[in-house]
Amino acid sequence: MLTLLGIVVVIIGFVLRFNPLMVVVIAGIVTGLAGALPIDKILIIFGEAFVKNRYLSIFILTLPVIGLLERNGLKEQAQKLIGSVKIATTGRVLILYLFIREAAAAMALTALGGHAQMVRPLIAPMAEGAAENKYGKLSAKTHEEIKSFSASVDNVGVFFGEDIFVAFGGVLLMKGFFEQNGLILEPLDIALWGIPTAVLAFVIHSVRLILLDRKLDAEYNVRLKDAEECEKS
Amino acid sequence: MIISLTYIYYLTGVFMAIIAFFALKDKSNSKRILTASFWGLFAISFIFGDIIPPFYMGILVIVMAVIAGAGGVRLGMYDEVSQEHRLNQAKKLGSRLFLPALLIPIVTIIGTLGLKDISIAGLALLDKSNITLVSLGVACVVALLTALFLTKDTAIRSLKESRRLIDAIGWAAVLPQMLATLGALFAAAGVGQVVAELVGSAIPVDNRFMVVLAYVLGMALFTMVMGNAFAAFPVMTAGVGLPLIIQLHGGNPGVVAAIGMFSGYCGTLMTPMAANYNIVPAALLDLADKNAVIKTQIPTALLLLFCNVFLMYFLAF
Repeated sequence: MLTLLGIVVVIIGFVLRFNPLMVVVIAGIVTGLAGALPIDKILIIFGEAFVKNRYLSIFILTLPVIGLLERNGLKEQAQKLIGSVKIATTGRVLILYLFIREAAAAMALTALGGHAQMVRPLIAPMAEGAAENKYGKLSAKTHEEIKSFSASVDNVGVFFGEDIFVAFGGVLLMKGFFEQNGLILEPLDIALWGIPTAVLAFVIHSVRLILLDRKLDAEYNVRLKDAEECEKS
Repeated sequence: MIISLTYIYYLTGVFMAIIAFFALKDKSNSKRILTASFWGLFAISFIFGDIIPPFYMGILVIVMAVIAGAGGVRLGMYDEVSQEHRLNQAKKLGSRLFLPALLIPIVTIIGTLGLKDISIAGLALLDKSNITLVSLGVACVVALLTALFLTKDTAIRSLKESRRLIDAIGWAAVLPQMLATLGALFAAAGVGQVVAELVGSAIPVDNRFMVVLAYVLGMALFTMVMGNAFAAFPVMTAGVGLPLIIQLHGGNPGVVAAIGMFSGYCGTLMTPMAANYNIVPAALLDLADKNAVIKTQIPTALLLLFCNVFLMYFLAF
C-alpha cells in the first residue's frame, strides 16, 4: 500500500498547482523509496527513462518551420482560405479534420496531424476563422473554447483511429501480452473489435462539435440582434 | 543505416543549445542564466544522453526540475512583427505558405511508407526500427529549407521565431519525458500490482457486469494515474481482465483487449499526466487555462467510457 504514496503526491501536487516537473520528480523519489529502491537506483531509473523517452520531444524540431511561417502570415492565410468557403463553420471544419485524422490513423498514417504540425498552424486558425467569418470579432473565451476543441479533435481522432490498424504498436502489445499468458490472438481480431468504439468516438465528438456550432450561433446571434436593435432605436 | 535516430537527437540537441545561447543573451529576461541552463541541460541530454552514465543523467534531470520548480524558466523578448506585416506577407506568398507546413506530414509519410526498404551501397537509408521518428526529423529539415527558400528569411530568423514558440511552451516541453520517468519508477516499485490487487479485491467476482465495469473503469483510472494506456494495459489485464473476464466468465479476449485499451484511451483524454496530448497543446495554443483541453475532452471521454462498459458486456460473451 505504501507504494501508492507517489500517486498521492501527484494528486496533491497537481491540485495545489506546484510546478509539475517538481511534483513528478518528488513523486518518483517517494515511489522509489516506498518501493524499497536504493537512492542510486532511483537516480539511474530517472536517467535511463529520460534518455530512452527523448523521442517524445522530437516535435520541437517542427517549431522553426512553424515559427517562420507564422511570421510570414500562415495563420492569416489559413483564415483567409476558410473565409472563402461560405458553408464553413467551426464545427464543420473540426468534424472534417476529425474524420481525416481518424481515418488516416486507422491506415497507420498517424503522422498526418499533431498539435505542433497541424493544430496550431492550420486547424485552430481555420476553426477560429470560420467563426470570425460568421460572427465578426470573437471574445477571448470563445477563442479559448475553439482552440481547446481543435486540440481535442486531434487527440480523439488519433487515439481511436490508430488501434484499428492491425500492425499498430498498441495492437501488437496486446497480442504479445496474451501470448505470454498462453492465448494466441490474431491482430485482426483485436483491431476489428475496436471498430464499434472507434465509430462511437467519432459520432459522440461530432455531435459535440455540432452543439458547439449551435452554442456559438445562440451566443453571437443574440448579440448581433441586440446591436441591430440599438441601431434602430 | 545512413540516417539513424541518434542523428535526429543530435540535431534536436544542437537546436536546443542554440535556443539556450539566445536565452543567455536575452537581457530582458531577469532569470536568463537559469533559463539558459535549463535549455542547455536539455540540449546535453540529446547530444550526450547515450554517453553520460544514467546515474549522472538522473541528477541532470532533477536539476532541470529544480530550476523549473524555482521559477527559473522565463520568457524573453522576441522582436515580433505586426499583424499588418503578416497580412502583407500572406498576400504576397498566398497559399504557397501552406506548402512547407504540409511537407512535414507528407515527407514523414513518404519516409515511413516509401523509403523504409531503400538502401544505398548496402546501407539502409533510414533507421527501420524508428522509421516514423527519423522520417519526421528529415521532414522538418526539408520543410525548413523550403520555408527559407519561400520566405527569403534567414536561418537565424527561423531559430529566433522557434524560440518564441518554445518559450511559450516553457518547462511543459519537458513534462512528457519527465512523466515517462515516473512511469518507469511506478513499474520498478510495483505500483501496478498493488492497484490491480485493490481493484480485484473490491469487486464481487461472480457478477459478470461488475467485473466488466471494474475492468473498464480500472483501465481508465489507472491510465489517468500513469498517463499512458500502454502502461496500464498489462497490469489491469493481468489483474482483472484475464483472470476474471476471460478465464472465469469466458469472455472473448479480442473484445476484452480492444475495448479495454480504448477505455484506457478515455482515461488519457482526462489526465494532465498525458502531458504531450493535453498540457503541451494547451501551451502551444496559448490557452489561459492549462487544463482547458482536458475539460473539453471530459464529456466525450465519459460518454465513451459508459458505452464501452455495455459494448464489452454484450460483445464479449
